Amino acid sequence: MLDRTAMDRLPARPGVGYKPQHFSNILADAAPVAWLEIHAENYMGEGGRPLAQLRALAERFPLSVHGVGLSIGGEGPLDRDHLARLHRLCGWLNPASFSEHLAWSTHDAAFLNDLLPLPYTEATLARVADHIDQVQDHVGRRMLLENPSVYLDFTETNLDEIDFLTEVVKRTGCGLLLDVNNVFVSCTNRRTDPEDYIDRFPHDLVGEIHLGGHDEDRDDTGAPLLIDAHGSEVTDPVWQLYARTIRRAGPRPTLIEWDNDVPDWPVLAAEATRAARILDRVTA
Amino acid sequence: MSQAEFRAALLDPGRPAPAGLTDPDGRPAGRRFDVYRNNVTVSLTEALRQAFPVVRKLVGDEFFTAMAREHLRAHPPTSPVLMFYGRAMPAFLETFPPVGQLPYLADVARLELALRESYHAADAAALPPGALQDLAPEAVLAARFTLAPAVRLVASRWPVHAIWSANMRGTPVPTAADAQDVLILRPQFDAEPLLLPIGAAPFVAALLAGRTVAEALEAAPAFDLTATLGLLIGGNAITGLSTGD
Repeated sequence: MLDRTAMDRLPARPGVGYKPQHFSNILADAAPVAWLEIHAENYMGEGGRPLAQLRALAERFPLSVHGVGLSIGGEGPLDRDHLARLHRLCGWLNPASFSEHLAWSTHDAAFLNDLLPLPYTEATLARVADHIDQVQDHVGRRMLLENPSVYLDFTETNLDEIDFLTEVVKRTGCGLLLDVNNVFVSCTNRRTDPEDYIDRFPHDLVGEIHLGGHDEDRDDTGAPLLIDAHGSEVTDPVWQLYARTIRRAGPRPTLIEWDNDVPDWPVLAAEATRAARILDRVTA
Repeated sequence: MSQAEFRAALLDPGRPAPAGLTDPDGRPAGRRFDVYRNNVTVSLTEALRQAFPVVRKLVGDEFFTAMAREHLRAHPPTSPVLMFYGRAMPAFLETFPPVGQLPYLADVARLELALRESYHAADAAALPPGALQDLAPEAVLAARFTLAPAVRLVASRWPVHAIWSANMRGTPVPTAADAQDVLILRPQFDAEPLLLPIGAAPFVAALLAGRTVAEALEAAPAFDLTATLGLLIGGNAITGLSTGD
C-alpha cells in the first residue's frame, strides 16, 4: 500500500476526471486542480502503463475511485469477482474517496455499460441498501452513492428520489455524491424544478459534487430531452445550480467530468478554474 | 417491470419500450427509452472499435460498426472490466458469413486481443544481462525459463504480422499468403508484435508451458535459436531461470 496518510480526504477544491492523455500536463502543473478521480474499472489490469501512471499520480494527489460497473441497483446478486477487484484496488491505492451509482448495469451476467434506471419503491430501497451494506463490507470502506440522470418515469415509483437516497444513507451509513448536472438533466426531463431539488437535498450527507456537460435532444412530443453525455463544457444553468448548491452546502470537493471528446488540458483546467471561483466566493 | 424485460428491449431495437415506462404525462417512454438503447449500443460499439483497430481498417468503418452491433447483441460483455471485452470476436468472425472472404480476419483479431492482454499484464523485471552466459551449456539445456506475464504467442497460417504492420505502421501490404507467427513482448509499457523466425513458435510455446530448454528444442525441429533468444532477451522477456529438477 502507498503511504497516503496526508491525502486521506478530498479537499473542498476542484478535481478532474483523469485521462491518460493529460498525464504530463498534470505532472507539470495541475493548478487549479487539487485532486483526481479515476474510473475504477480502467485500473483493474495487472500492471503496465495504466497502473504505473496511477502510482505516480497517487504520490502527488488525493484520489477518488469512482466505480461505473457494480450494478448496485441490479435485481441479481452483486458480482463477487468485481467486489474483490474493487477491494484490491482500494487496498493498494488507499483513495481519499470511493463512490458508485444508484443504477444497474448487469443482468444475467451481461454487462450493458450504461447506468440504467430503477423505480423507487420499498422493494428497490431494501435491495439497494442490502447491496450497499455488502459493498462497504467487502471493499472495507464507506462509499458515496451518486444520484442518477434519468430520462423516463416508472409507473411503479412511489418514493421521491431524495427521500429514497436519504433513507439509503440512514440504513447503510454511506454518504452521497451530488451530481448537479444529473439534477438539471433529470429535473428537465421529468419537468420538475431543479432549484427545488437542490434546496431539498440533504447537503450534510454530501462528500463530493460532480459537474459535467449534457446534450440536448427532444422526446416524441417535442419536449426537451437532456442527455448526460460528459462530452462538452458545463452549461450555464448547471453552473448557476452549482453556485446555489455551494451557497447552501458550503465548499465541497467538486469534480469536472469530461469523458467523451476529451479536450486538451487547458480547456479542462479552465472548467476547474470556473468551479474554483465559485468555491472561493463562499470560502472568502 | 423486470430488469429482464428492460434488458431484452435494450438489445432488440425491434421491440417497443417496455410497459410501465413513461414520460412525465404518463405517455409511453418511446424515444426516452431509446436514450438507454443508444447509450448501450454506442458505448459497446466504441469499446470494440478501440479493441480491434486493424480488423476495423480491413473491413471498413461502416461495416465494422454494423458488425459490432450484431456482435454485441450476441455476445454482450460478461464483466464490467471492458479492457478485455471482445474475446468472443475471433470465433464470431470465423462464422460470420459476410466476412467469409477474409479468412485471416479471426487471427488478426486474436493478435489484437493478445496485444491488449500484454499491455495490461503484470510487470516483471528481466534477468540481468549475462545471466545466461554465466551458465554452462548443459545447465542452460536443463533450465526452465520464466517468461514475463506480458509475453504472448500468436501462431497463424496467415501473414498476420505483415497485415497488422501494414495497417498500423504503413509498411507494404503483404503479397504472399505465408504463415507467420507473432511473439508479443512488452519491454516496458508498449506491447510490441515481433515476427518470430520460421519454426520457432513450438519452442516458445514449450517455454511458456514451463518445459526445459532441452524439451523446447525437441518440440521445434529446425529454427534460428540465436535469433529467437535474441528477441526474448532484447525484449526483457526472460524474467526467471530455474535450474533444479
